Amino acid sequence: MKQTACAVLAAWLAALASVASAGDDAPAPPEPRRSQLVNMLLEDCGSCHGMTMKGGLGPPLLPGSLAGRDSGALSRVILDGRPGTPMPPWRPFLSPEEARWMIDLLKKGVPHAR
Amino acid sequence: MLARVLMASLALALAACAPAPPLRGTGDLGLVIERATGQVTLIETTGRSAYATVKGLGDLSHASVVYSRDGRYAYVFGRDGGLTKLDMLRARIAARVVQAGNSIGGAISQDGRVIAVANYVPGGVRLFDADTLAPLADIPARFDGGARRAKVVGIADAPGERFVFSLFEAGEIWLVDAKDPRHPRVTRFEGVGREPYDGLITPDGRYYVAGLFGEDGLALLDLWHPEAGVRRILDRYGRGEQRLPVYKMPHLRGWAVAGDLAVLPAVGHHEVLLVDKRDWTEVARIAVHGQPVFAIAQPGGRRVWVNFAFPDNDTVQVIDLPSRRIVATLKPGRAVLHMEFTPRGDQVWISARDDNTVSVYDPESFALLARLKVDHPSGIFLSARAFATGF
Repeated sequence: MKQTACAVLAAWLAALASVASAGDDAPAPPEPRRSQLVNMLLEDCGSCHGMTMKGGLGPPLLPGSLAGRDSGALSRVILDGRPGTPMPPWRPFLSPEEARWMIDLLKKGVPHAR
Repeated sequence: MLARVLMASLALALAACAPAPPLRGTGDLGLVIERATGQVTLIETTGRSAYATVKGLGDLSHASVVYSRDGRYAYVFGRDGGLTKLDMLRARIAARVVQAGNSIGGAISQDGRVIAVANYVPGGVRLFDADTLAPLADIPARFDGGARRAKVVGIADAPGERFVFSLFEAGEIWLVDAKDPRHPRVTRFEGVGREPYDGLITPDGRYYVAGLFGEDGLALLDLWHPEAGVRRILDRYGRGEQRLPVYKMPHLRGWAVAGDLAVLPAVGHHEVLLVDKRDWTEVARIAVHGQPVFAIAQPGGRRVWVNFAFPDNDTVQVIDLPSRRIVATLKPGRAVLHMEFTPRGDQVWISARDDNTVSVYDPESFALLARLKVDHPSGIFLSARAFATGF
């Protein structure tokens, strides 16, 4: 089960890396940082938004729910939080490029880690 | 003679074709949620070992568990609305329903007959027959004149076949009488405070406390006197201090209530609050390593163990209540998510998600007694919860 998940993750990361280099998306960070960011997305973002990003106390972050939203504005939400809501600022832990890369990731769909 | 040999061989043959599990009790059993793989590891605390894995419980990225009154069955509430009844002795799923789109937790009634599940989507509570998981009643968490539904948080069982829970967006506490579980009666308490995020009931079943995210304070309902309504306690506990961003919501279920003291989290502060349970006023506050997530009383009530939110989640601190000092700081692994004591306090089990380990410590000497490999472990739930109100 875990191996399958890892294989899917690896394939998806490879695909993403090629897409990222081809388009105008944020460049994929080098390893091991990339894995740390994916882990942060699944585990720490996932503690409010759900590990499958279908929402929890926080809203869903699925491709359908983010479609058409401005990526720059969304990455600023990651960096600075959303005052008046539980969404905290992640700027102490992420660079603007990393936040933008995570938004690109979410818009394509985060693979389920299971 | 021939008959006796025949009987003996028949008995042997029978035993071989239907190997009954050896007789055993359930008092030392428990389970660990594997949050990434939708499975649970079953554990026993006498030999401190894992004895089985059960798959197929759906999305367990957030999960909680209650036990049947005989401790044999675990009811697992998954993120995806799955409610799974697990046979702890046969190590297999006895029944399972997917009853909502997004769930946060649940409770079992005082008499053990009714399971209540708290849902985010669709916001509300649903009641089920604990035996068959057949649906009994639906309680939509409507507010705003019925126009909206709130996410339900902090559900707990209360004496008198009641359930009590909070409505996040609505700022309400609802008390549900489920004596007739097909026709539950709801008492609403409105305007209890902004964004209740979780709740707990004291071990005696008397007080329900909801933590507020939207303001510094907690909401208290005295179930001996529900007619007196909900009152605010520890109002503006963070006064004058800058509230820090919160990277993980505190979990109130299982928070420490020991003797006359209750230990509560100061949301957005690196502090726990000590409260006198007789009048619910603040006695002291203790500075800790990070933002507390769980504070669990060690059986006996002298010490309280605290874990922390990201990025301080590699640490557990132990507070000695009489001296109000931190007597130990442990590093059980990366991303410590939960701690669970055996009921008489000889062991504490601690999960470290990013190290894929569950560690068992001696709570007195802090010696490591055992370490188990478990995939992305989160909650640890022992069957002794079967006998406690609010667990």
